[in-house]
Amino acid sequence: MWFGSRLPIYKQSSYRLRCWLRSVRQRSQGILNRPRMLGPDGKSLRFVSLVVAMFESLQDGLKAAFKSLRGKGKLTESNMRDGLRLVETSLLEADVSYSVVKDFMGEVTEKAMGEKVLLALDPSQQLVGIVHQQLIELLGPVDASLHLKKDTTVLMLCGLQGSGKTTTCGKLSRLLLDSNVRPMLVAADLQRPAAIEQLHVLGQQLNVPVYSEKGAQDPVRVCQDAVRKAKDEGIRVVILDTAGRLAIDQELMQQLQRIDLRVQPDQVYLVVDGMTGQDAVNSAKAFNEALELDGVIMTKLDGDARGGALLSVKKVTGVPIKYIGTGEHLDSLEPFRPEGMAGRILGHGDVVALVDEVQRVQTAEEQAALEAKMRAGEFTLDDFRDQLLKMAKPGLMQKMMGLMPGMGDMQKLLQDEDAEGSMRQTVGIIDSMTPAERRHPKIIDPSRRMRIARGAGVEPQLVNQLIKQYEMMAPLMQSMAGKGMGDRMRAVQELQRSGMLDPGSRGPRVKKSTGKRLTAKERAKMKKQREKELRRKKRSEKGKN
Amino acid sequence: MMGLFDRFRGKTNVESQDVTSTPPRADETAADTGHVDSAASAAAPKGLLARLRQGLRRTSQLLNTDIRDLFKQDGRLVDDDFVDELFAILVRTDMGTGPSAQIRDQIRSEFRGRVVRMDDVLHSVKSQLKQLMAQDEAPLNLATSGPTIIMVVGVNGSGKTTSIAKLAHFLKAQGKGVVVAAADTFRAAAVEQLTVWAERIGVPIVTGSAGSDPASVAHRAVAQTLESGADICIIDTAGRLQTQANLMNQLAKIRRVITKQVPEAPHEVLLVLDATAGQNGISQAKGFSEAAGCTGIILAKLDGTAKGGVVIPIRQQFHLPVKYVGLGEKAEDLALFEGGRFVDALLDDEAPEGHF
Repeated sequence: MWFGSRLPIYKQSSYRLRCWLRSVRQRSQGILNRPRMLGPDGKSLRFVSLVVAMFESLQDGLKAAFKSLRGKGKLTESNMRDGLRLVETSLLEADVSYSVVKDFMGEVTEKAMGEKVLLALDPSQQLVGIVHQQLIELLGPVDASLHLKKDTTVLMLCGLQGSGKTTTCGKLSRLLLDSNVRPMLVAADLQRPAAIEQLHVLGQQLNVPVYSEKGAQDPVRVCQDAVRKAKDEGIRVVILDTAGRLAIDQELMQQLQRIDLRVQPDQVYLVVDGMTGQDAVNSAKAFNEALELDGVIMTKLDGDARGGALLSVKKVTGVPIKYIGTGEHLDSLEPFRPEGMAGRILGHGDVVALVDEVQRVQTAEEQAALEAKMRAGEFTLDDFRDQLLKMAKPGLMQKMMGLMPGMGDMQKLLQDEDAEGSMRQTVGIIDSMTPAERRHPKIIDPSRRMRIARGAGVEPQLVNQLIKQYEMMAPLMQSMAGKGMGDRMRAVQELQRSGMLDPGSRGPRVKKSTGKRLTAKERAKMKKQREKELRRKKRSEKGKN
Repeated sequence: MMGLFDRFRGKTNVESQDVTSTPPRADETAADTGHVDSAASAAAPKGLLARLRQGLRRTSQLLNTDIRDLFKQDGRLVDDDFVDELFAILVRTDMGTGPSAQIRDQIRSEFRGRVVRMDDVLHSVKSQLKQLMAQDEAPLNLATSGPTIIMVVGVNGSGKTTSIAKLAHFLKAQGKGVVVAAADTFRAAAVEQLTVWAERIGVPIVTGSAGSDPASVAHRAVAQTLESGADICIIDTAGRLQTQANLMNQLAKIRRVITKQVPEAPHEVLLVLDATAGQNGISQAKGFSEAAGCTGIILAKLDGTAKGGVVIPIRQQFHLPVKYVGLGEKAEDLALFEGGRFVDALLDDEAPEGHF
């Protein structure tokens, strides 16, 4: 993805970027209305068309809602009411608690009414802007510091069962290790079977000490002993992993209060599952009342949950949101950014995180070198291949899709499409070329083409397709070099409009495993069984009625 | 006309039972003389008792004490405020805006302009939901001959392992021979967790080393079940988000491995759903159904304040029945799902924790 080297500009003003994206979408209505490039039968995506397709799928969620406002010139009270209602539904669907949504909508309405005079060209942008800004305000301010003291700092994690406390312990340790602080983990979950072992395994993986007491009954004692030991040994950070508990479980909540009282942790964090629904307010309130929280960590945000619970928790507790968990691996704990989360809750995707991800894959120097090549018109198939290889890292596409605006559609698409596989195939074709062919694809004649196709194990026309696409892209690359992301996207869209990336040229079909080959007899047997099953089902359904 | 009048008669009866030694109220007389201004009197209650009630109503307007409150004045005009309040109550159950709006609109058209009592609306909503959640009693699809294989899937931290322990305990209590398989080889100490449970409830367990192929564990578990002649094999799988394509494919592989040994297996693929989950539950049901072919749901952690209403749209869209509910951390805290009681608990506020 050639997003170029000027990305930091957009990082600083992600909101403006979003506004811009929106306007691009408006301008590209033509593209949106024409038949989709990717039918459900389409097996693969070409690279540039992928980028375009992502922007095509921006129609999800709220975006569709604001369409109804577009082109009305001025925001009136009544058409704003419709828009606000749609925002409300969107928030509720993102699992923001009802009462929080009500309050929030009140604030937004107030703000929007005050700014009525300012409304000029595009009322929908104004309203989105206000909603977005208000969300950011509500989710902020940012405070990702763990507030470590000179001597021993005690962190305590608490939350419901299965919210991800123990895993978060491991992730926090990794974060601390990165800044050269060796924490000690304390197994204070004496409730769940093997919770202590789990923490020990994590400790081994990270090479950090884990404190636990065999056969202990009282977590308060364990925590006290652990903190004492840590202070004696001069350990800088102690992380207490408490047992999951229900907020209405008086006994266990009192136990938590006892730990709080006796151990006096410096920071108490509530760990909240990103998929939580309306109940988030209840439990967050109860935990905050019992403990006076210092921060919130939200987990499991690598899926497709929109994480509206975060808004509820923030509203109820008022404490800063510290980190978000974005994966199963121990390095996937990120400092919280309200901008990204606001977009996610609204269903906009998170462009900044996407850009970050792209930058993680591609270092600045690589980016600069590529840029220079593009400018000089020397973007060869080899460079193309390198880019593809970077993108073909397992899971990366999925992750990027998740961050893209309109992610719902794309993720669905990707489930049918083997985009990564198609990239590997393209790489295979390029690998089968000689260096000369890669530099000057023009020299590829039919016999060379046959050789390449055989080498890569694909049909000859796929080689043709790749070359054709490369030829279309090469001048584009040159024109895009050195421009901002905005110009680039426009260029891609130009390309789209000119029909060069026509939907027909869908790229190679990727062979998928067909599984075990069955004999005719076996197939017949299976069919019989299926039909039997179907009949049975039908019968039982009939029986129900 | 008569019907409405009767309703008010009914109302006054209820009230005189409620508060025995109170002087007659203004609106009571109004109700006796006619029903014309009853709506007005309901909207703006006068008198000490009414005001006291109003005050009490506000204080008790905590979360989850809503639907009764909403109708406490025994007769209210069905207007926009009314249906909005109803909508709020429905949304708070996590059933989602779609079904909530559907019910709201139906109530609006059914009761428009009428003054209704709580029983009417409650009854209407509940009976609708009960109809939706109705299902046959038989909880598990057991094999007619040979062992029954049950696969348990779900997102991280939804409560799979605990639910398996409970299910194993539940089935063992029915005299079934149960084997559990710890095919969660990914999460640290997940195998140990299930091992501890297996020891507690006294069932054999098949394990694999950390990081080994879960399908191989499943294979050995089924083999052992066949060998030992046990009735039921329950396979634990690692938690995964439904968006992780590779991990979802792994589930399909486990399925295939099982099917190879026992052609009609797995007989049940149970999705463990956290009752606190919101609208993402729908995506979970979809993703896991597609990858692993779910046949039912275990609704875990229903002992908290969360109501688990998301199973309603799941039922609507995917026809996935809820088979069991998890109500605590102990092995015996598992109950058969009962649609009627679930719906009652969903909309009733007085229901104490553990309302099954």
